Amino acid sequence: MHKYILRRLFLLIPVMLGVSFVVFTIMFFTPGDPVRVMLGERAPEAEIEAMRERMGLNEPFVVQFGSFVFNAARGDLGRSLVTRRPVFDELYARFPATLQLAAAGVLVAVLMGIPIGIVSATKQYSLFDGMSMALALVGVSMPNFWQGMMMILLFSIVLGVLPSSGYGTFMHLILPALTIGTSSAAIITRMTRSSMLEVVRQDYIRTARAKGLSERVVINQHALKNALIPIVTVIGLQFGYLLGGAVLTETIFSWPGVGRFMVDAIRQRDYPVVQGGVLLLALTFSVVNLLVDILYAYIDPRIKAQYK
Amino acid sequence: MKTETDNLQPGQVEEPLDHLESSTEEHELRLPDKGSARRSQRAEVWRRLRKNKMAMIGLFIVVLIILTAVFADYIAPYSYRTQHLERRQEGPSGDFWLGTDDLGRDIFSRIVYGSRVSLQVGFVAVSIAVMLGGTLGALAGYYGSHLDNWIMRFMDVILAIPSILLAIAIVSSFGGGLVNVMVAVGVSNIPIYARIVKASVISIKEQEYIEAARAVGAGDARIIFKHILPNSLAPIIVQGTLGVATAILSAAGLSFIGLGIEPPTPEWGAMLSAGRHIIRRAPHVTTFPGLAIMITIFALNLLGDGLRDALDPRLKQ
Repeated sequence: MHKYILRRLFLLIPVMLGVSFVVFTIMFFTPGDPVRVMLGERAPEAEIEAMRERMGLNEPFVVQFGSFVFNAARGDLGRSLVTRRPVFDELYARFPATLQLAAAGVLVAVLMGIPIGIVSATKQYSLFDGMSMALALVGVSMPNFWQGMMMILLFSIVLGVLPSSGYGTFMHLILPALTIGTSSAAIITRMTRSSMLEVVRQDYIRTARAKGLSERVVINQHALKNALIPIVTVIGLQFGYLLGGAVLTETIFSWPGVGRFMVDAIRQRDYPVVQGGVLLLALTFSVVNLLVDILYAYIDPRIKAQYK
Repeated sequence: MKTETDNLQPGQVEEPLDHLESSTEEHELRLPDKGSARRSQRAEVWRRLRKNKMAMIGLFIVVLIILTAVFADYIAPYSYRTQHLERRQEGPSGDFWLGTDDLGRDIFSRIVYGSRVSLQVGFVAVSIAVMLGGTLGALAGYYGSHLDNWIMRFMDVILAIPSILLAIAIVSSFGGGLVNVMVAVGVSNIPIYARIVKASVISIKEQEYIEAARAVGAGDARIIFKHILPNSLAPIIVQGTLGVATAILSAAGLSFIGLGIEPPTPEWGAMLSAGRHIIRRAPHVTTFPGLAIMITIFALNLLGDGLRDALDPRLKQ
């Protein structure tokens, strides 16, 4: 098992190198001069040239990429062109808020999606099944930034029961978490239902019923455990989706996370921050997928057995 | 709690036998030529799709939206840029069915014209993703070995970046605008199609008819484009339909944060974003463009699900 975890950790290195290459290449070929953004359009040419030299921007692509990777590995993602502070420090300060939002979103999605999916599967073609599948389809189809605004309209403006923006208390978390988690909840509901339907048709479920086990035991202990693997995969993928979605949700609710910071950085053409933010969120996504893969081994003993 | 299988009697099987009977009948018929086989396959898929009410509702709405986009000039009562400054932020009325925005422009007209932009972004972005992803996937699946390894590892790298983030990175670098948004959204979805096509190609390339084509001297390009890709179209069509929905959502998201299509072009995401600051006074400015996006995505999802069931009934739950 340790061998498996180590191997997967090792595989993370080339993926992150590749991600750095893609992100660095996109930013490298960006039209416009970052030094001019930093010093302003009216700065003297000599000063601009000196700054370019100092920042290593006159070096060839390969050299610049090499030093970017070397520095990034040490936690140095450059300096923000706007605040002049290290990008790593800026992102590090905001990362917990983004992680909190994404985790709350996953929690909303799991708490809604799995129970509804199970009931839908066990009562296939019932009214509940039809209604929940229709709602799931609506949930998947709703743009989350629009849903966020509609919830602000209803809960903050019309009813006045929840804050429309801000950070710090549980009340502030409710609307953003619901906004970011709804479409994932819909996807998990659909996945749970179809995965459960596949499992409840297996012979061993018929055997469990024939043994006289109660329906609750059959579903919770025999069916759900076997249906969980594709569901866990989807939850892992949804986490990545939520990290991306955080950019929009944080903007709507003025949530002080990496996403909103990136949107501000884009508006101010602060490229090192955009670059660092994408890199950080991609790394988080990869680590979450790694954790999901490790989790498989605990859910499915067959995977664990392969690495003994 | 009972399921379908509980109701079975001893000796009874779960699957109805109708399809077996019909397939026996088919065997008795003379072997159809290639063209009619393809036609009958299409007819069979259409027959299955037609039986699916939800898919037909989806198809109906999608066709309606396409017609709206095509005939926008005749449907919209006003131009999308005409400003009625004395009637700004008005609610729905006889003159302005869905009200007016911050600049006094008719929201209904802007939604009607906006359907052109959204559909264009959706279809072009998916076409870019299918063409590039499909080619890479076909090469990886057909040649295997090192080429497969290099291509798929690169796809893994792209997949490690959440697609909206990649699109944001591309658009923030090269600027907004219709073309850049379509490219950004398309490129960020390449790996999905590469994986699908690769899986199809691997399963098809070992089939006997491919061996037969090779035996009569067909080249690699002919085998891939003439024999393999047409037979792996089903999953691409399904994913493509659902992909158009995702692409429209991504483009709207980019416009929402100010990175997408530039004003005054009526893009649904940008319209939503413009109404954000006046949501207290004029909620209709954000409500209706959002509904337009939702209905479009909903219809495409219904159609995509229906197509999946019709093209591969084994997947139907």
